[in-house]
Amino acid sequence: MSERFTKGMARNIYYGGSLFFILLFLGLTFDTVTALPDRENRAGLTDTVAEGKEVWEQNDCIGCHTLLGEGAYFAPELGNVFERRGNGNEAAFKAYLNAWINAQPTQAPGRRQMPQFNLSDHEINALAEFLIWTSRIRNNDWPPNVEG
Amino acid sequence: MNQGDTSMKYQSQSVAMPYFVFAIVLFFGQIAFGLIMGLQYIIGDFLFPLIPFNVARMVHTNLLIVWLLFGFMGATYYLVPEEAQRELQSPWLARVLFWVFAIAGTLTIIGYLAVPYARLAELTGNEYFPTMGREFLEQPTITKAGIVLVALGFLYNVGMTVLRGRKTVINMVLMTGLVGLAVMFLFAFYNPSSLTMDKYFWWWVVHLWVEGVWELIMGSILAFVLIKTTGVDREVIEKWLYVIIAMALITGILGTGHHYFFIGAPSYWLWIGSVFSAFEPLPFFMMLLFAFSMVRRRRRNHTNRAATTWALGTSVVAFLGAGVWGFLHTLAPVNYYTHGSQLTAAHGHLAFFGAYAMINLAIISYAVPALRGRPEGNSARAQSLEIASCWLMSLSMLAITVFLTAAGAMQIWLQRWPESGQALSFMATQEKLELFYWLRFGAGVLFAVGLVLYAASFFVGERAGDTAHDAAAATT
Ligand code: HEM
Ligand code: HEM
Ligand SMILES: [Fe+2]
Repeated sequence: MSERFTKGMARNIYYGGSLFFILLFLGLTFDTVTALPDRENRAGLTDTVAEGKEVWEQNDCIGCHTLLGEGAYFAPELGNVFERRGNGNEAAFKAYLNAWINAQPTQAPGRRQMPQFNLSDHEINALAEFLIWTSRIRNNDWPPNVEG
Repeated sequence: MNQGDTSMKYQSQSVAMPYFVFAIVLFFGQIAFGLIMGLQYIIGDFLFPLIPFNVARMVHTNLLIVWLLFGFMGATYYLVPEEAQRELQSPWLARVLFWVFAIAGTLTIIGYLAVPYARLAELTGNEYFPTMGREFLEQPTITKAGIVLVALGFLYNVGMTVLRGRKTVINMVLMTGLVGLAVMFLFAFYNPSSLTMDKYFWWWVVHLWVEGVWELIMGSILAFVLIKTTGVDREVIEKWLYVIIAMALITGILGTGHHYFFIGAPSYWLWIGSVFSAFEPLPFFMMLLFAFSMVRRRRRNHTNRAATTWALGTSVVAFLGAGVWGFLHTLAPVNYYTHGSQLTAAHGHLAFFGAYAMINLAIISYAVPALRGRPEGNSARAQSLEIASCWLMSLSMLAITVFLTAAGAMQIWLQRWPESGQALSFMATQEKLELFYWLRFGAGVLFAVGLVLYAASFFVGERAGDTAHDAAAATT
């Protein structure tokens, strides 16, 4: 690097640049946090949805599946499973999810297996509410198609 | 040739040794579980229900993070006294914290494997302070609290050493990185019921670590190894270091936006995230130029060639994994199709390995021989083996990345690109990718061989009469 560009100049860019972008990032974060209640439909985030998120976490579903594209890549995306399996019909989706979770593992030889989590009907219902709520988050229309 | 002045100068540097040894032990565990998952990807019911995939995955990724942390701590204990020119504040505290962290970490891994995850959550009282069940942050809340306590003790110990000693740029940048690491980890305790808020701040741990403060840690360790092995003037090295970390933070902070495209955050992140993260390869490119130009301008030919190889290697592989593979999917219109596919896994592997695994292997390669009384490095035979292991691990990890990239491209083509109705389902697509998964598994076995060779190289030539040490003694 050229001699005219001194260590002091480099240090000042580091301090000044970092400080500037930290502040800008905090400002944008404030704006995002303010905008989120509307984009995710916070009013629809009921106690049941919150409970569903806890069931999701206690069983580490994210260790196999993605949710809105984040997680593991071993099993299907679930942010849009309500559309894929329920066709937008809440009752149909809840019945489907209950049957699915209780049927695991499939024991089909050589096929990827999902564990039996021994969830109650109440917990599966909460999980369904959580996934329905998640599918309605306005997220710039991802995924590209119903397969996720 | 200039030697002697690079040996262990302060007695307390020796507390680094158990940290390095344990890091490598955990690395072995990480790879074992990687191979298990590699097989589960092909033979779906392999080891089921004994080790379900999600359990293998949390063991694999948590061992990765924890061994990297052990490595960073070992590196810090080794280089901070030497830079500060004084003994560590409290070697005793460093030894106690080693055991606390090692035991807590081991118990956590045993917990993952011994009981179903939901039971572990129940046993550790997750309902009272729920933080579990999120990717990379699977640890029980009490383990997370333990990590914070260990970090506080560690920061106090090295912080006091730095404050009371010579304040070099390397020490100050390293401290900033370590404090940043601890501060960002605090967001692991924030787990709101709003999924979008949860995800938004989850990235403050994950992204602001690997594309933020960890780059400061990597840069300062790299600078230290380069000063020691090339003898280049400190002024020059420090200027480079400032430029690298300035670029890292200027691009990386707003670059967080490349994770805010599709989780519910406002649409302006499509622009901000794309534009700033597109420049994130720059600091990695600068590290590459830095390493090669320092080695070209070297004033001494250090006999630890293996350490120099790792230092150059980390700059190249980090640039490929983070810079090239990161850029590949970071623009929003591209990420729309690649998000959460095998391409993400391809990038995650090469980036983590190239940047953070290899910088640790570099400092271990430099420091461990010195700690064992061989400041000139291991014997020539041992070094040749170690350099071979560097190539084998790097090339097999590159192969893993290429096969996963091919799998990802085909996955997108079959499952993401076509309209609903025409697209193949996720599970049907996975079956079509089997060949790539076999190839990835084969490359993974080669990687494991490389790791065994790396560890073995530290035991080669101990008794043989041809160590570099003896050779040097004979010529002086
Ligand atoms: C024998 C070698 C390895 C094999 C076969 C392997 C295999 C795997 C598999 C199957 C996954 C899960 C992917 C999924 O979620 O579906 C994974 C995740 C991961 N592995 Fe490895 N791995 C290996 C070595 C490594 C190494 C050396 C590193 C880093 C130094 C590493 C870092 C990671 C990371 C960061 C993830 C999470 C990736 C993400 O979330 O995108 N792995 N690995
Ligand atoms: C050494 C530095 C880096 C490491 C260790 C790293 C590691 C990772 C990992 C593990 C993930 C997957 C996270 C998950 O599980 O959801 C990821 C995602 C991502 N990384 Fe990096 N990364 C690094 C640097 C970069 C850089 C420099 C860029 C851009 C130029 C980048 C772009 C991305 C993008 C766009 C994603 C999201 C992928 C998706 O949508 O699925 N990364 N990174
Ligand atoms: Fe990122």
